[in-house]
Amino acid sequence: MSTAAQGTPVGRRAVIGILGLGALGIVFGRDLQHGVSKLLAPVRESALGGLVPGAGGFELYTVTGGYPLPPPGYRLRVGGLVERPLSLTVSELEALPATRLTADFQCVTGWEVSNVHWVGVRLDDLATHAGALPSATAFELRSFDGVYTESLTRTQAEQTGALVAYSMLGAPVTRDHGGPLRLFVPGMFGYKSIKWLSEIDLVERPVPGYWEDNGYPVNAWIDGHPPTTGTA
Amino acid sequence: MTTGRAPDPAEGASEDPAEGADGVATGRSTDPAGDPPEDPPEDPAGNQAAGRFLVRFDRVERTLHWVNAGLFAILILTGAALSLTPLMALVGRRLLVEQIHLGAGLALPGPFALAVAGRWGRGLRRDLSRLNRWTEDDRRWFAALGRSWSVRRYLRADLLLGKFNPGQKLNAAFTAGGTLVMLASGCMLHWFSPFPLSWRAGATFVHNWLALVFFVVITAHVCLALADRQALGSMVRGTISRAWARVHAPAWLEEMDAERRSAMAARSAEE
Repeated sequence: MSTAAQGTPVGRRAVIGILGLGALGIVFGRDLQHGVSKLLAPVRESALGGLVPGAGGFELYTVTGGYPLPPPGYRLRVGGLVERPLSLTVSELEALPATRLTADFQCVTGWEVSNVHWVGVRLDDLATHAGALPSATAFELRSFDGVYTESLTRTQAEQTGALVAYSMLGAPVTRDHGGPLRLFVPGMFGYKSIKWLSEIDLVERPVPGYWEDNGYPVNAWIDGHPPTTGTA
Repeated sequence: MTTGRAPDPAEGASEDPAEGADGVATGRSTDPAGDPPEDPPEDPAGNQAAGRFLVRFDRVERTLHWVNAGLFAILILTGAALSLTPLMALVGRRLLVEQIHLGAGLALPGPFALAVAGRWGRGLRRDLSRLNRWTEDDRRWFAALGRSWSVRRYLRADLLLGKFNPGQKLNAAFTAGGTLVMLASGCMLHWFSPFPLSWRAGATFVHNWLALVFFVVITAHVCLALADRQALGSMVRGTISRAWARVHAPAWLEEMDAERRSAMAARSAEE
């Protein structure tokens, strides 16, 4: 009859082919991305870095308008159920015993950055330093962006070796990465590593933070459970 | 422009006697692959016989196109804000932007389903079937394109192209398949809990890179539309000139004329 009925249904086959490629991409894309990230490392470190969505590297999240700046006279406060509340400048924090570690940064939505180098002070060291009371079982952390909050139990802080970091990727933590001070929790998804950190309170029980309130799982372990202890 | 007859590469392929007898022969090119006119003059004989215009896209198709265009624009803008770090720095408000992006993405199948389903979707269904089917000439068109990337190359008198050229067919197949993949991978990024971490990473990979391909394809689509104002106009008004159809879609013009003739024959038989 009409021209429309002539020819082979290549269009439908192409659509099915694209769906198949998409499925393969989802199943094997992680390895492909590793290759692409390696290949595009020069692009990522150039000025164009932030303009190629699939080039690997960090995806920067901010939940307020833009990346916040620390308030004037910025200090990190440690309070709540403690004997000696602390109020530290960045250099005072840097003067405390430092911990260095290298770990992968893993976002709960899938993207990851391998071998990120961190320097900071362990969260449980800070708690000891401030004289945490026995009733204090959790940390409540707040960002100076006024919105972002997180919490971590003291056991989790101990298990993970969570850091209040002032150095990341071999340099002071930049503003877009949550500087001057941010948390890094190894072994947990990235949203636990609160950015633009300004207040830490020791509390009786953990309260779900910003991302947990917005649908992210309360269980933030990348492996689904804490690392099995007693081997090290 | 009003007196001269610009070369019409599709003329040689026309088998319609009415078209062959248009009687305006001045300046006809002997080179079938010669440059087509930018704005082909109308054909007076054909105009009297059949009216100057053909309906290229009906109201349902045009509405669907512009609703989709709006949704894609929202998706591109919000997607850029979510994935390009300098833009994220300017816009921020990640959750809000994410919700708009998700909403526009999930809305995408709605207008299409509505348009294709009912009695009003007849034109759309027919065009979908046209986009689906590839003829031998379509294949030859691609082979010719592979040999020469000239912009004008797609107008070839020896190829009897239908309503959609093979590039448009490829664009339609890519857009259909790609949209489904974007929807699936996007849903996996938002409702990630049931999926293993490596699949989430894979979905991120697919969503990012396919978004980039979509951006390139849509940009090309818009550029081609701006380069052919008649074709663009037909997506606004719905109609296109017979002269345009003779150059760009000769087989479609024949098909439309044949339908008109049989309709007229049926009418006169009734009388």
